[in-house]
Amino acid sequence: MTGTERPVRITDTTLRDGSHAMSHEFTEAQVRATVHALDAAGVEVIEVSHGDGIGGSSFNYGFSKVEDITLVRAAAEEAERARIAVLLVPGIGTMDDLRNAREAGASVARIATHCTEADVSIQHFGLARSLGMETVGFLMMSHRTSPEELAKQSRIMVDAGCECVYAVDSAGALVLTEAKARIAALVAEVGREAQVGFHGHQNLSLGVANSVLAFESGARQIDGSLCALGAGAGNSPTEVLAATFDHLGVETGVDVAGVLDAAEEVVRPFLPRWPKADRTAIVQGWAGVYSSFLLHAEHAAERYGVAAHEILQRAGEAGYVGGQEDMLIDIALQLAQERDLGAVGAR
Amino acid sequence: MSTSSRGKARAAIIGPGNIGTDLLAKLRRSESIEVTHVVGVVESEGLQRARSMGIEASAEGLDWLLSRDDLPQIVFDATSAKAHRAAAPRLEEAGIVAVDLTPAAVGPLVSPPVNFRDHVDATNINMISCGAQATVPIVHAVSSVVPVAYAEIVASVASKSAGPGTRANIDEFTHTTSRAVRELGGTPRGKAIIVLNPVEPPMIMRDTIFCAIPADADHDAITESVHRRVAEVQEYVPGYTLRAEPQYDDPREKWDGNGRVTVFIEVLGAGDYLPTYAGNLDIMTAAAARVGELVATTRFVGADA
Repeated sequence: MTGTERPVRITDTTLRDGSHAMSHEFTEAQVRATVHALDAAGVEVIEVSHGDGIGGSSFNYGFSKVEDITLVRAAAEEAERARIAVLLVPGIGTMDDLRNAREAGASVARIATHCTEADVSIQHFGLARSLGMETVGFLMMSHRTSPEELAKQSRIMVDAGCECVYAVDSAGALVLTEAKARIAALVAEVGREAQVGFHGHQNLSLGVANSVLAFESGARQIDGSLCALGAGAGNSPTEVLAATFDHLGVETGVDVAGVLDAAEEVVRPFLPRWPKADRTAIVQGWAGVYSSFLLHAEHAAERYGVAAHEILQRAGEAGYVGGQEDMLIDIALQLAQERDLGAVGAR
Repeated sequence: MSTSSRGKARAAIIGPGNIGTDLLAKLRRSESIEVTHVVGVVESEGLQRARSMGIEASAEGLDWLLSRDDLPQIVFDATSAKAHRAAAPRLEEAGIVAVDLTPAAVGPLVSPPVNFRDHVDATNINMISCGAQATVPIVHAVSSVVPVAYAEIVASVASKSAGPGTRANIDEFTHTTSRAVRELGGTPRGKAIIVLNPVEPPMIMRDTIFCAIPADADHDAITESVHRRVAEVQEYVPGYTLRAEPQYDDPREKWDGNGRVTVFIEVLGAGDYLPTYAGNLDIMTAAAARVGELVATTRFVGADA
C-alpha cells in the first residue's frame, strides 16, 4: 500500500496545511523549492493544496494566489521520488477538482470530512480509486466524538475504498491518552484492511507527543509540516517528528539532517510568522476550535474591534466545524453589538 | 381536469416522507390548492397520516395516480431525482404540471421571487436545492443594483437535516446550487459550499452570501434591495431573517479590485411537520408550496370554466 515496509511513513503537509498560515499565498517558486528539499530528504508523500483542499479558493477561506492545480502540477514535476497528495473536502471541493488534480500529477487522494459525517465521502473515494489513486480518509476534529463513534465512521470510509484512516486533531485538542484511545479504536475496527494515521496540531504543544503515542498504538502514517507551518499553533513539525522517531530507533526513511535543512533554509525564510502557541492558538486547543479559524478570527477581530480569542471561544461553544469560517464574522458582529450595548448601558 | 368543489386547484403529492408530509401540512392551509391525493410506493406512516386527514392515499405509485378519473392539475414530487426523471414525461403527457423538489432538474430552475414569472407556463418546475432557495434571492437582489462579478454562498445545515440522498451525492448540491447562483443570481461566476454540523441541540440553518461588487457600488441601494428581497421571501418563509445588516468590505487587489458585500441569513423552519432547526427543508417545502400556489392562481383557479 505504501510501497515500502517501513514502520511509519511521514506525510509532509507544509504545502497544504501551511497554506492556512500563508493565507493561501504560496508561489510556484516556494512550492518547487519545498518539494525539492523534502524529496531530497526522503519524504515519500508531499501534500499540496489550498488549505481547505483543492477547490477551496474562495471568499470564505481566502483566494489562492496561484491556483492549486498549478501548484500540484509544479510539485509533481519537481518531485523525483516523492508522490504528491491532494486534500479534498466534500462540500467544498468536487470530484471535478479531484480529476483535475489527478491529471496534474497527484497520486494520493486524501478525503476529509467532519468526524461524524464520513458518509459524504463515499462517492469521492470511489472516484479516487477508479482514477488509480492511493486513498486516505481524514476524520477531522476527532476530539468531538468518542473513540467508538470514530471507529464506526472509519468503517464507512474503509468500506468506500479508503486505504488509511486518520484521526485528525484539527483543533490540537487531543491530550495524550485521548489521541491514543482514538488510534487504538481505529486500529481495532479497520486495522486488518487498512492503515491508520494521525495528524496533530501544536495548540497545546502535544502534536509530536501525540504522534509518538499514535505510533505506539498502531498508527503507520503520521503528518507533519516543516517549521510547523500550518493552522493554529501549527502542525507537528516534520523535522521534530523525524528526529524523534530516529531517536526512538523507528525508521521513517526520512533523513533528519535533510529535513532540518529544508526547514531552516527553505521554509523559514518565507514564513510570515513562526506558528506558535500564543493566547489565541491555545484557546483553540483548549476550547476545541478548528485550527484554520485562527487568521480568520484575527481578521474579523481587527475589522470589528473585538478580541480574536473571544471569537474563538464562542466558536468552540457554538460547536462550529471546519468550513464555517463565515460564522466568525457573525460572532464578531455579535461581540461588537454586545460591546456597544454595554457601552450604552454603562452611561 | 377541473378545480375542486371548493374552487381550488387540485394537487397530489408523490413521496409521503418527511418532506412530503411537511409540504402537505403547508398546502392544507392554502387558499388556492387542495391536496386530493398522496402517493407512495410502499405503505407508510405518511400515507396513513394523509388518510387520517381524509385524503385519498395509495402505495401503488404513479400508475395508481394516473388511473384516477379525477386527475390532479399539479403534482408535487418529493421522491428522488431518479424517480422524478421517470415520472416527468408521464406527468407531462397527462397534462399535469410538475413541481419537482428533487435534484432531477428536468424543468427550469425556479426561485419564486427571482424568476417564477419567466416560467408561468412551464410544465415542469425544479426547486433546485435548499441552499439555492436560501441564497439565490439575495445574489439576485444585489445583481439587480450593481454588476456582480462573482458570488459565493455557504450553507450550514444540521447533520440531522441532511438526508441520505444529499449525503450520497453532495457534489450534486454543489453543482446545482452554483449553477443557480450563476444563472438565476445573475453573475458569470458562482461557487456553492455546504457544511454539515452535528452539534446538539441541532443548529438552525445558516447561509452566508458573498458578492464581489464594483469599487464605487452604492451600498445604501444594495442594502435596500436586500431588505426588500428578504421581506418578499418572508411572505412564504416567515423564519427567513437577516442576522445582521449587510457588511461591506473595501476593494482589494486580490479581489480584482472589487469590494465585497456579505449577507448573513438564518432560516428557522415553521415546524409544520419537520423540526424548526431544519430551515433547509422548510424553505424547500415553503418555496414549492409558493410555486404551486402561483401556478394555481395564474393558470387554474378562476381560469377554468
